[in-house]
Amino acid sequence: MGLLVKDKEIVTPGEDLALGMDYLPSYGTFREGERISAAKLGLVSIDGRVIRIIPLSGKYMPKTGDTIIGKVVDVTINGWRIDINSAYSAMLSMKDATSEFIPRGSDLTRYFNFGDYIVTSIINVTSQNLVDLTMKGPGLRKLGEGRIIHVNTHKVPRIIGKQGSMVTMVKDATGCRITVGQNGVVWIQGDQPESELKAVEAILKIENESHISGLTERIKEFLEKQG
Amino acid sequence: MLVNQMKNERRSHLLKFLEKGLRYDKRKLDEFREITVELGVSKNAEGSARVKLGDTEIIAGIKMSVEKPYPDTPDDGNLMVGAELSPMSSPDFESGPPGTQAVELARVVDRGIRESKAMDTKTLCIEKGERVWTTCIDLVTINADGNLIDAASLAALAALRDTKLPEYDEKEKKLDYKSRTNKKLPLKKTPIAITVYKIGPHYLIDPTAEEEELIDARLTVTTSDGKLCAMQKGENSPLTIEDVDKMVSLAIHKAKELAKRL
Repeated sequence: MGLLVKDKEIVTPGEDLALGMDYLPSYGTFREGERISAAKLGLVSIDGRVIRIIPLSGKYMPKTGDTIIGKVVDVTINGWRIDINSAYSAMLSMKDATSEFIPRGSDLTRYFNFGDYIVTSIINVTSQNLVDLTMKGPGLRKLGEGRIIHVNTHKVPRIIGKQGSMVTMVKDATGCRITVGQNGVVWIQGDQPESELKAVEAILKIENESHISGLTERIKEFLEKQG
Repeated sequence: MLVNQMKNERRSHLLKFLEKGLRYDKRKLDEFREITVELGVSKNAEGSARVKLGDTEIIAGIKMSVEKPYPDTPDDGNLMVGAELSPMSSPDFESGPPGTQAVELARVVDRGIRESKAMDTKTLCIEKGERVWTTCIDLVTINADGNLIDAASLAALAALRDTKLPEYDEKEKKLDYKSRTNKKLPLKKTPIAITVYKIGPHYLIDPTAEEEELIDARLTVTTSDGKLCAMQKGENSPLTIEDVDKMVSLAIHKAKELAKRL
C-alpha cells in the first residue's frame, strides 16, 4: 500500500506509481482499480496526495488558454485552419480573427495567407480535441520577417523562466525580438544576423541543458562570453 | 503576389544572413553538413549504403539480376534507378506513385552513373544479346532535410562499391541469391554529384529544407576526377552564362573534397 516511487524519479509508461486510494492521479497518470500507473515518460512529481508526471518528451497537447504560434495551412469559407505543431490542427474562425468588419464574400487571404505564422491563443479544446483559436488578446498578431525554430514543448517553461526571466535575459543580451509559443514554436527576429544566431544558440542551449542545475548562471555566462 | 508575401519576407531575412557570409546553422556558404557513410546496411540487398548529410538520411540498395539486354545495347549490362520519397521522411511527401520530384531524383542519379561511364558495362555481359547483368538501384529517403540529390547520388555510389555479385549457374541459368561471390561490380570511376543552389547573388552548397524552400535556382553538376559528366538545372529562375561558370567550378572544387571523404 502507498507510494511505490520517490519524488522526481524517472518513470516509463505502465510503471506503477502507487497502490490504494490514498493518492490521486493527475496529469500523465491513470488509475486502474487500486493502482495508479504512469501514462508518460517523465519525472514523478508528488504534491501532497496528488501524483503527476512532468513529461520529458512528446508532442504538444492543446490546452485552453495557451498562447501558441501557428502556421496557416488552409483558408476555408469561414476561417483559417492552423497547424499548431500538434497531432491536432486548429480552427481560427472569422469572428475570432479580427475586430474589423469582413464583408460577405471577401478574400480571406487579405487577413491571413497560406504560410503565415501567427501568435494566437486557444479558446477551447473539445473532448474530441477540436481546437478553436482567437486573435483577440494582448500580443496576439501576425508575425512578420524573422525566423521560426522548433523546441521541445515540455522545455518551454524553462525557456521562458520564472515570470519570463530567462527569455528576457536572452532578449536583453542579444537585442532580438523573441516570442515563445507554448507549443514549442519560437519566433526570433534580430537586427543583426550575428545577434540572432546567438539568441538561437542560447535557446537551444537552454533546451538541451534544462535538466542540469545552475542553468540561469550558465546561460548568463554564455551570453556575456560572446557579447 | 500575396501568396508569396510570407515567402519573400523569409527570403529577404535569409539574404541578410548570406550577405554576411553566415547561414542559419553557422556554416559557411559552401560548407557541407556532417557526412556519414555506412556500408552494408541491408542483409538482402547485394549492396547497400546509408548516407547522412546532417539530418538528411538516404538508404540505397542494389539488387542484381540476369536479364535480356536492350536490343540497341546487346552486350551491355543494364542499369535501373528508382527513388522513393517516403511520406515518413517529410510532411511534404505523399504516398502513391512517384511524383516529379522522385522521378527527377532517380533520373539525375541514373544520368550521373550512366554518362560518366562509371561502370564497365561490357564486362557485365554474359551472353551477347541474350543474358546480361542488370543493376537495380533503389533509393529511399529516411529523412528529408534538403539536398536530396547529392545525398542520393553519394548513397548510390557507395552502395555500388559495396555490391558483391550473387552466384550465377551458367548451365541451369539460375541465380542463387543465398550464396554471394567475391566478385565486385566493374566500377572504374567515381561520379560525384554536387548541387549548387542560387539565391539572390549567392551560391549555396548543401542547404537544409528551410533554405531549400527559398531557393531561386539550382544546378546539379556531376563530375568524375574533375571532368563534367552530367548536369541538371532546376527551379524557376534563369541562370546566366557567368552563373553556370561559377557554379560548375564550385561544384568541381567541392566534388574533389567529397571524393576524399568516400
